[in-house]
Amino acid sequence: MVNLAQEPQGVAPKAPPVDAIWEALRQVMDPEIPVLSVVDLGIITGVEVSPDQSVIVRMTPTFAGCPAIRLMEKQVGEAVEQLGYTQVQVETDFSVTWNSNRISDHGREIIRHFGLAPPPKHNGEPDLDRLKHTECPYCASANTTLKTPFGPTLCRSMHYCFDCLQAFEQFKPV
Amino acid sequence: MNIPHKSFPIDDAHREPLRHLLTALADDHLILGHRHSEWTGLGPILEEDIAFSSIAQDQMGHALGFYSLLHEHLDAPDPDIHAFTRQETDFSCCQLVEWPIGDYDFSLTRHLFFDLAAGLRMETLSLSNFKPLAQLATKIRGEVKYHMFHAKTMVSQLGKSSDETARARMQTAINRQFGLALGMFEPRVGEQLLDEANIAPIESKWRDRWLEALNAVLDGTGLHIPDPERIEPVYGGRRGYHTEYLQPLLNEMTEVFRLDPQAEW
Repeated sequence: MVNLAQEPQGVAPKAPPVDAIWEALRQVMDPEIPVLSVVDLGIITGVEVSPDQSVIVRMTPTFAGCPAIRLMEKQVGEAVEQLGYTQVQVETDFSVTWNSNRISDHGREIIRHFGLAPPPKHNGEPDLDRLKHTECPYCASANTTLKTPFGPTLCRSMHYCFDCLQAFEQFKPV
Repeated sequence: MNIPHKSFPIDDAHREPLRHLLTALADDHLILGHRHSEWTGLGPILEEDIAFSSIAQDQMGHALGFYSLLHEHLDAPDPDIHAFTRQETDFSCCQLVEWPIGDYDFSLTRHLFFDLAAGLRMETLSLSNFKPLAQLATKIRGEVKYHMFHAKTMVSQLGKSSDETARARMQTAINRQFGLALGMFEPRVGEQLLDEANIAPIESKWRDRWLEALNAVLDGTGLHIPDPERIEPVYGGRRGYHTEYLQPLLNEMTEVFRLDPQAEW
């Protein structure tokens, strides 16, 4: 990770500090999908830098019972501290409710590449009946079936593809 | 969870009723979450093992959310201390959630009864004038949709099964715990005040919507509910009167915590 605090001052025009923090957070990965950053996952809801250089990062959990929240909060705090900030506070923010539409397009591609079907976008309320014909992330067939809406982690459901005869998982639409 | 303390104004008259509401919600989710977790490793098929374990994990998250609100806004102790150090009589869960898991038909039916009620509660509470609760309810609502999706699928499959034993077992499970299920809607202390303030409706309003929704879920499955007018609701849980099953559950649930209550996890 680039440690901006140690870069020579005044050589290049520096990005505003908030941008640098967002950039650093792109290096913090979801422990359950370790190629997907917390930014692409859409769980960072705000970054603020005060004049006294204290930083507040707000995060909203994917699932209320997600066991990875604490770990991600810790890693987010550490990523910001590595930029040279000493006053860093990571807050849980329920004022923004996470839903799967918050996953970026880049994040969806990463999820697919990781071997999971990305969640389809929805207009506020996902139609769970669509889970029964989730597109297979391996062969793109829709000739699939839902095995169970619960999977190895809270955010995944389990499916089976009749065309390529493989079991696969989906990042659930919420 | 590290939730920033933003004190939301609460009318003095609403504090005690709100404490009753949130404790009931928190305790229900904690105790049923614990019961569901007992299916881990024992489910009749792997998918059901995972489903009950996942629902249990969700419910622990929901309980934590309610205990956190009590801690942040109503001077209750830290969520872990609150959940794991109270006496049995200080718990206000309904008796439905205390019962042992029994056979799969019993647990599945309880899961349907409870999550149907939880979904309706969260839908209403997402519009609550107590905004921190409205935000949490909005979050929980999306998760409970998956619980109901699961419950409906399984109950419908078993209700429509060509195996007469399966159908009979489901109907018996419904009949056996219907009074316990009605006990979810035991009137709360001060519920009228919260209703008038648009913080939360009185329990009987939720019960009526639940009965309507339950009939809709069972419609076409061949299963039916008993006449609610002829079944005595099992009340007492909200006032600290519990079955013989709660204390052993608490003993087991808090066994590790009690070894070192100050431990950092």
